[in-house]
Amino acid sequence: MTPPVLAGLAGAALVGFGLYGLILHPHPLRKLLAFNLIGSGVFLVFGIVARRGAAAGLPFDPVPQAMVITGIVVAFAASALAVALILRLAAVSGKVTLDPEAWAKTPSTRPDGGGGQ
Amino acid sequence: MSVLPILDVGLAFLVVGLAAWTVAARNLFASVVGYVAYGLLLALVWIRLYAPDVALTEAAVGGGVTGVLLITAGKRLGALEKDEAGATPALALKIVAGALALFVAGALAWVVVTLPDPAPTLAPAAAAAADGPGAGLGNPITAVLISYRSFDTMLEKVVLILAVIGVWSVGADSAWGAAPAPLGRPQPAGAMVLLAQILAPIGALIGVHIFWVGADAPGGAFQGGALLAAMWMAAMMARLTEPPRIDARWLRLALVAGPAVFLVIGFAGLGLAGDFFAFPPAFAKPLILFIETFMVLSIAVALPLLVAGPPNGRSAR
Repeated sequence: MTPPVLAGLAGAALVGFGLYGLILHPHPLRKLLAFNLIGSGVFLVFGIVARRGAAAGLPFDPVPQAMVITGIVVAFAASALAVALILRLAAVSGKVTLDPEAWAKTPSTRPDGGGGQ
Repeated sequence: MSVLPILDVGLAFLVVGLAAWTVAARNLFASVVGYVAYGLLLALVWIRLYAPDVALTEAAVGGGVTGVLLITAGKRLGALEKDEAGATPALALKIVAGALALFVAGALAWVVVTLPDPAPTLAPAAAAAADGPGAGLGNPITAVLISYRSFDTMLEKVVLILAVIGVWSVGADSAWGAAPAPLGRPQPAGAMVLLAQILAPIGALIGVHIFWVGADAPGGAFQGGALLAAMWMAAMMARLTEPPRIDARWLRLALVAGPAVFLVIGFAGLGLAGDFFAFPPAFAKPLILFIETFMVLSIAVALPLLVAGPPNGRSAR
């Protein structure tokens, strides 16, 4: 099995693990981590597309690679925004979970919104 | 049989195993540490795919800075966490989620194995861009980022600024304009201070070097900027410096400098070279380096601000 195919299969497995964690973890930061796993899996699949597109004397197709670089930075920006929202949610509601049942059981104790952390 | 295929297989298993660990680990910290190691190993996989530029970005941003972001977030969450995350999901839900994940991963694997042959490619167009409008840039990735797909790269910087604005907006109204909460502990450990003092100057030099060689070798604005950002964050963690007030004029100028310079030169191309984002061939390379310098600045400022989070009313804890 060639390295590109191997990396592509690893990428597919990463998407699977990430999806599983995204659905099952009630902790928002764990969900975010799992979502990042999905992202890097997709990037890896894109990476083998770049490797297979070797032509014109280059060992890879630079266009998908450049898009992956852009993608990594944008994924980080989105993660940072998600972290800020999660922290704010926790500061306002006093809860650190996205489990709907936990929210249904005890209504928010600080609906006025705390002073921020 | 050479040793490389064995290394490839081992690397793939390690990466997938660490991904499983970040999902299965019992607590958040263990999971984040697993994720950082995962990012570094993934960088090695990228090297094996002949993508050193992506490897540098993945190691710096995907593993390093994201790890700092999540560890900081976990610590801040732990400071106010009272209501521990809910119960473990029911077995039926686990089975359904597992089946769904297996199905998606299987479908993706099938696509990977049955990709069209010969593969479609844009490499000739990109190589032409590196030689023609890219004006002899030796690194085709940089040529694609700045010349062939320049609009994407410019918009990506805008996304970074939007994310910074989004993070700032999440803070309380009363804190607007103040500085974000400090990244490090009130009394950082001596080892952390020493590390930051020794590492930051060297790392900053390497960051500038990686940016400078990016025109012809693996490296570039993203990777160099991310390294500079990491060094600034290390200094902040050691409390050698504090996050700046978000209403500081220099900070906002540095943030918008990258996309602003890029846009101005892009519009200038309309008159000088006859097309939006076209560079006059005679001095394309200096122009590209000029644009990249400001992009490095913007990235180096934006990433630490994203990690530092929204402004916090209290100045120092």
